[in-house]
Amino acid sequence: MADAGDVALLVPSLLRQFTGGAAELALAVEGPATVAELLDTVGAAHPIFNRRVRDETGALRRYVNIYVAGEDVRRRDGLATVVLPGQEVMVIQSVAGG
Amino acid sequence: MASNGAAHILLAVGTKKGLWLGTSTDRAEFTFTGPHFLMNEIPSIGIDTRDGRTRIMVGVRSEHWGPTVAHSDDLGATWTEPEDGAITFPPDTGAALERIWQIHPDTAQRPGVVWAGCEPISVWKSTDGGEHFELNRGLWDHPHRAEWGAGAGGAAAHTVLPSPVDEDTIHIAMSTGGVYRSTDGGTSWQPRNHGIGATFLPDPLPEFGQCVHKVARDAVLPERLFAQNHHGVYRSEDNADTWTSIAEGLPADFGFVMLAHPRRSGTAWVVPIKADSERIPPDGHLAVHRTDDAGESWTRLDGGLPDPDYNVVLRDAAALDTAEPVGVYFGTRGGSVYASADEGASFAEAISHLPDVLCVRAAVVG
Repeated sequence: MADAGDVALLVPSLLRQFTGGAAELALAVEGPATVAELLDTVGAAHPIFNRRVRDETGALRRYVNIYVAGEDVRRRDGLATVVLPGQEVMVIQSVAGG
Repeated sequence: MASNGAAHILLAVGTKKGLWLGTSTDRAEFTFTGPHFLMNEIPSIGIDTRDGRTRIMVGVRSEHWGPTVAHSDDLGATWTEPEDGAITFPPDTGAALERIWQIHPDTAQRPGVVWAGCEPISVWKSTDGGEHFELNRGLWDHPHRAEWGAGAGGAAAHTVLPSPVDEDTIHIAMSTGGVYRSTDGGTSWQPRNHGIGATFLPDPLPEFGQCVHKVARDAVLPERLFAQNHHGVYRSEDNADTWTSIAEGLPADFGFVMLAHPRRSGTAWVVPIKADSERIPPDGHLAVHRTDDAGESWTRLDGGLPDPDYNVVLRDAAALDTAEPVGVYFGTRGGSVYASADEGASFAEAISHLPDVLCVRAAVVG
């Protein structure tokens, strides 16, 4: 579990094979951080997870959604959305396919 | 290769929702594992039997999680994916990989060399057995790029054919754009579509812009190529400088598949589709056609195939093995895969009721 000041990043079940099985990653932050910065941190330890969520230009994949404190980052500042210590970041797959 | 039925055949079937791997010793009965990569489409497969090992490379694409390349050296028991990705666009391109359409091991004389064709339209070369690929800059920076278009499946380089006798000569095909050839090892590329039609453009014979669906190279005469076009079946005898129609004798000149015999000159296979208004096997009669005289005549091959069958066979959903006689394999969008151990004279269903078959590859592995 994340400490009170950490950011908790919730990993969808399909991507846990790329985070060592972890369903939640506790990301230590010293203050506000952007979603992109948090993904950079996660990606350094779990590069395949990062490639599943973002393409090589750094863009969020079209059918991947990220919620910060319950709000879709696409309705805020995208991957530049600021995350505060103690907030939760949820990565979740969108509706796609057939 | 053994003609007594002892050849061990690997049959790889990439579908819209996963990969199935079959093995057989008689090319009639197959034992399959799968689905591997469930809920991922597998549009490309390369089976590399060089270097004394069997490496299966697959282009994988998830609607959610994007594309990647994985490989297995133990017939699919385990898979390895390079952490940083085998194919990723360099930052200066500003591009992102969409789909891996082709994975093509080079000849035995060039161990470790594997080619890939991708969407967006790009060609890649690996020298480490498909673990890392380098973008071909000559094609990426090509002045025609802005004029290349997207076929129904996306804008992709789907065919990469390195010459077996000349390391500097490589042919590629893209939809849409047509055939391009490099004679300087991939530094520069020139369109080579003279004689190939483009029924969907104002100019029916443009320099480039054709929707060439698949090209195959003759095994004995490397300057001879066969092409299945978006309407039109063609042969070139001059390294793709000029193309001549060989569609006469076929029930339709449209299709996606083109296969050339791995040893015998002049033998090739197609699977005709009626188009554009219908996009089904002609009148629902699914049949492979083979030429043994470089397209001067065609033999209809439908022994063992269901009739009617209204399903299309996609460009990479057909393959040959290298056994004697050559085995012919193809899969349909209806999820059936058919195998022939006699060059197409008769087929038997190898597996059925799969998702849409996107890619089929076969190899002798023991």
